[in-house]
Amino acid sequence: MLYSNPQYRVMGDRALLVELGDEIDLKVNNKVRELFVAIKTNSLEGVVETIPSYRSLLLIFDPLKTTLSLLQNRVHDLLKTLDPSQLPEPRRVEIPVAYGSEYGPDLEWVAGYHGITPDEVIRLHTEHTYHVYMIGFMPGFPYMGELPKALITPRRETPRTVVPRGSVALAQGQTGIYSTQSPGGWQIIGRTPLTLFDPGKWPPALLEMGDRVKFFAMDEEEIADWEQ
Amino acid sequence: MGAVETLEILAPGPLTTVQDRGRFGFGRYGVPPSGAVDSFSLRKGNLLVGNAENEASLEITIIGPKIVALIDTLIAITGADLQPKVNKIPLEMWRSQLLKKGDVLSFKGPKSGCRAYLAIGGGISVQNIMGSKSTNLAAQFGGLDGRPLRKGDIISSDSPARYLKAVGRSLDKHLIPSYAKDQVLRVISGPQDDHFSTKAKEIFFGSPFRVTPQSDRTGIRLAGPHIEAKKNLKESIISEGVVPGTIQIPGDAQPIIILAETVTGGYRKVATVISADLPLLGQLKPGDTVNFRKVSMDKAYQAVQVGSAFQALGACTK
Repeated sequence: MLYSNPQYRVMGDRALLVELGDEIDLKVNNKVRELFVAIKTNSLEGVVETIPSYRSLLLIFDPLKTTLSLLQNRVHDLLKTLDPSQLPEPRRVEIPVAYGSEYGPDLEWVAGYHGITPDEVIRLHTEHTYHVYMIGFMPGFPYMGELPKALITPRRETPRTVVPRGSVALAQGQTGIYSTQSPGGWQIIGRTPLTLFDPGKWPPALLEMGDRVKFFAMDEEEIADWEQ
Repeated sequence: MGAVETLEILAPGPLTTVQDRGRFGFGRYGVPPSGAVDSFSLRKGNLLVGNAENEASLEITIIGPKIVALIDTLIAITGADLQPKVNKIPLEMWRSQLLKKGDVLSFKGPKSGCRAYLAIGGGISVQNIMGSKSTNLAAQFGGLDGRPLRKGDIISSDSPARYLKAVGRSLDKHLIPSYAKDQVLRVISGPQDDHFSTKAKEIFFGSPFRVTPQSDRTGIRLAGPHIEAKKNLKESIISEGVVPGTIQIPGDAQPIIILAETVTGGYRKVATVISADLPLLGQLKPGDTVNFRKVSMDKAYQAVQVGSAFQALGACTK
């Protein structure tokens, strides 16, 4: 639910958390995006960084240049002037995936969990278009949703110590892509050859909040080309 | 003159990395700040050798490296007292010192604090990535190829000869911090203090917590009495942005103080360390104890202003 008035929370003496709703929801997330764009456009005095997430924005500021109450007032004013038509059209991004086998070691388990075949998992995963709710956890990692109901899967009971870069994964109602190698507890169903995070490029992340993402399954030939 | 080879790493120590003030403004792409976890020591070291205060230095963790000077180089060591020596003679910290070509810098072992900073006149010549030279170990970029220093690594600095004349600068004695084994950290309640009962908060503010060996640049993991969230709540909250110093309580009810390598998280946070005390976090080491003391926002701002006044004084004397 979108709050009629934002809820403000204080994270120490130099960060203000602005919550716009109480759940993972497209409407709430779009509001976050609207406020994020407005903050960027209006460059609030003293704000050094804004981190948007599912249903909130964290404004990190220099306490020598502004104060919490000043900032809260500025955000409140901005919220009154938000104009959804100012939002840029979401970008559409297609992501190739090598599903199953060594690239998706949990595909079989996910299929078994839902009582369907691995091919059906792939069909369901590729059929849907996902919204990028936020980038976080690691550089370039997109949190995307919502998964079709038939694919909502719990995390692994024991997280893996190493998840390879590019792993396409599921957890509860979300799907994501490990942008760098790391430990992780999501169910791995495939891997993409695309680079999700490149520190030498601008922007450094392939995806950003608000993008619309569709996966497609690579065929054997494409996978063989990639492996070379 | 440009980049000149100044130092060679003979032995790296367990974790020595290149860090400047950090990488800011890229949280929306999931990029954490990285950077020196004791920014006070980093800045002061740089000022002592004549660098800009945000220049990159070597962040040295608990056990020091062994380093040889390839050319006459001005250095300053600040932060934790790891008992630095030059050619086996003890070296005074918080003072700019001349390393002559061939001098060997080493460390006897930790005496107080956790991280020492080695500032070099002319800084460290590595690529600026997203506005910072800091090493991001998890994503493997920044600093020296995104990794800790290794034996044989060569550090280059920009026109190091120009800095030699700043030798002998020292920091006013009363500005040199001491790192106690039991530290009191001042905090502001929140952002999710309402998720904890009055009783849980009393325990949090009234108990000592021990720093565990699982601590690193990502976070300081504490052990102590359990801080339970209210019963009717889910184990996690919806992921949101975080700042260094915020204290999260995961499912095992043991606090973790977030440091420099985390940008978002899904655990509730009971309190957040005030800005003025953040440099102390970088000096907590396994076995130390911490107590949290709640202060008002006004007190936090006063503390920031006092700290900033010290910075403005320059506080370097010759």
